[in-house]
Amino acid sequence: MTAPIMTGTESRVVRLDAEEARRLRQQRVERIGRWLLPLLIMIAAIWLWDRICVWNEIPKYILPRPLEVLQTLHDDAGLLFTSLLFTLKITFLSLLLAVVGGVGLSVLFAQSKWVEMSFFPFAIVLQVTPIVAIFPLINIYVNNQTAKLLLCAWIVAFFPILSNTTLGLNSVDRNLRDLFRLNGASRWQELWHLRLPAAMPYFLGGLKIAGGLSLIGAVVAEFVAGASGQASGLASRIIEAGYRLNAPRLFAALILISLTGIVIFLVLSLISHLVLRRWHESALKQEG
Amino acid sequence: MTAAVPTTLAGSQGSGAPLLALHGVGKTFSNGVAALDTIDLTINEGDFLSLLGPSGCGKSTALRIIAGLSTPTSGGLDWRGGALDRSGIGFVFQEPTLLPWASVFDNVWLPLRLRGVSKAKAAPAVMEMLARVHLDGFAQAVPRELSGGMKMRVSIARAMVTKPRVLLMDEPFAALDEITRFKLNNDLLELWQDERFTAIFVTHSVFESVFLSSRIVIMAARPGRVFKDMPVDAPYPRDEAFRTSPAYAALCREASDVLSAAMNANGGSGHDGPNHDGH
Repeated sequence: MTAPIMTGTESRVVRLDAEEARRLRQQRVERIGRWLLPLLIMIAAIWLWDRICVWNEIPKYILPRPLEVLQTLHDDAGLLFTSLLFTLKITFLSLLLAVVGGVGLSVLFAQSKWVEMSFFPFAIVLQVTPIVAIFPLINIYVNNQTAKLLLCAWIVAFFPILSNTTLGLNSVDRNLRDLFRLNGASRWQELWHLRLPAAMPYFLGGLKIAGGLSLIGAVVAEFVAGASGQASGLASRIIEAGYRLNAPRLFAALILISLTGIVIFLVLSLISHLVLRRWHESALKQEG
Repeated sequence: MTAAVPTTLAGSQGSGAPLLALHGVGKTFSNGVAALDTIDLTINEGDFLSLLGPSGCGKSTALRIIAGLSTPTSGGLDWRGGALDRSGIGFVFQEPTLLPWASVFDNVWLPLRLRGVSKAKAAPAVMEMLARVHLDGFAQAVPRELSGGMKMRVSIARAMVTKPRVLLMDEPFAALDEITRFKLNNDLLELWQDERFTAIFVTHSVFESVFLSSRIVIMAARPGRVFKDMPVDAPYPRDEAFRTSPAYAALCREASDVLSAAMNANGGSGHDGPNHDGH
């Protein structure tokens, strides 16, 4: 069995055998299904959520119906988006600091094995100690509320960048290093022309993790700080709404945080793809 | 230097004065492995010299010592006319060893860039080298868009862009298919005859070494040493006709026989002693 099928950019007709035709059809179905299936499941889940509220006559202060959440998102937009902006500010500032600090430290580590050996354990200690447990100390030593939150979010976010970039800077091809030596490259030239570009895929991997963590850090920090300050990020809104049994607003704030996290991840993935698409294997696979 | 005698026979590429002498060069690694026992060898200006031997005979180690990437445990190097500075040496690795994120142009520019030559100033030399290795039109490609043979050409262009007096090659074509390898061999010879650099070529292929070299130094393993210094008495230019000629076959047989003898001589100090042909 053969069937004429249009392929390629020039709309020329290629005769495909049954097996190839099936493969082509399967690829098409898969491409559509990848978007359609999660979307359908999501819609079904929201519908089920709505039905459960109606069937069981659950009061709105326990579990609001999806439309009520949407309504709250609209009615409280001013309040919620001001808070979102505050949380975004902390998130991005801490991510920026994490990038500067993480890359800066890893470059410092790459200068000498001794520096890395001496200071890497400290970075690990910072990473493995739960931020919630460190926060009371930060609360004592730092007065400025924004600085407090930033410091918290930074501690959470900088480690993946530091460890990934350090790994990247150290995994340069041996022969390439010899090539630089043969050409009398200075330490600075080797860093700039060889080690930093080689570390780029590792750094971007760390950045993707750090993006999510800085949001988590910003929210968690505000949760812990909430009682002691006048912070007005989304976390404060959630705490406040919880006290007042304002479940619709709580859900609305939660949805905003999730959406923010998703957008951050997508943006960082896109950046990573754009930077690496010409040469790195990881980007090639995404294309294919 | 009596070692200069064979190469004068080597046709159009008149062999010059001694360029580099290795005096009793040995290398023992920190884990106790003796990679090289003692090597005495004189390399003449304009030689195309192949180091041929089984794996473990220390040919790559010898090359790295000549390049200055490794220091000998014993003995020393004597560059005639003063030590070459770094731009005097080009090195081609076993893998193409390109910067995967940089274009072909930027890869070839790299050695000049590291010496502070701007892109605009380097452009004529880079483009000329790309043309010499038949890669005109690929300047803006990135390595992953190229085939294995083309990557190797970029690697050779990069090594040659500084116009080195000595080109060191460490089994550069070992990973290529035979057809590509033949083509690269031809192009390398052409380049060598035009540029008149001294070539030191590490290989484990008898056929490749005979086709390319004016002189083959056959090494034995455990411990690594020079087993025989064999002149290749065939005129340049060598082309496809040479590849199928009886003379080529005879030379290959001779080199093969010496290589088998070298491999059977393992463990002993060598009944002929090291480098018996060179003194």
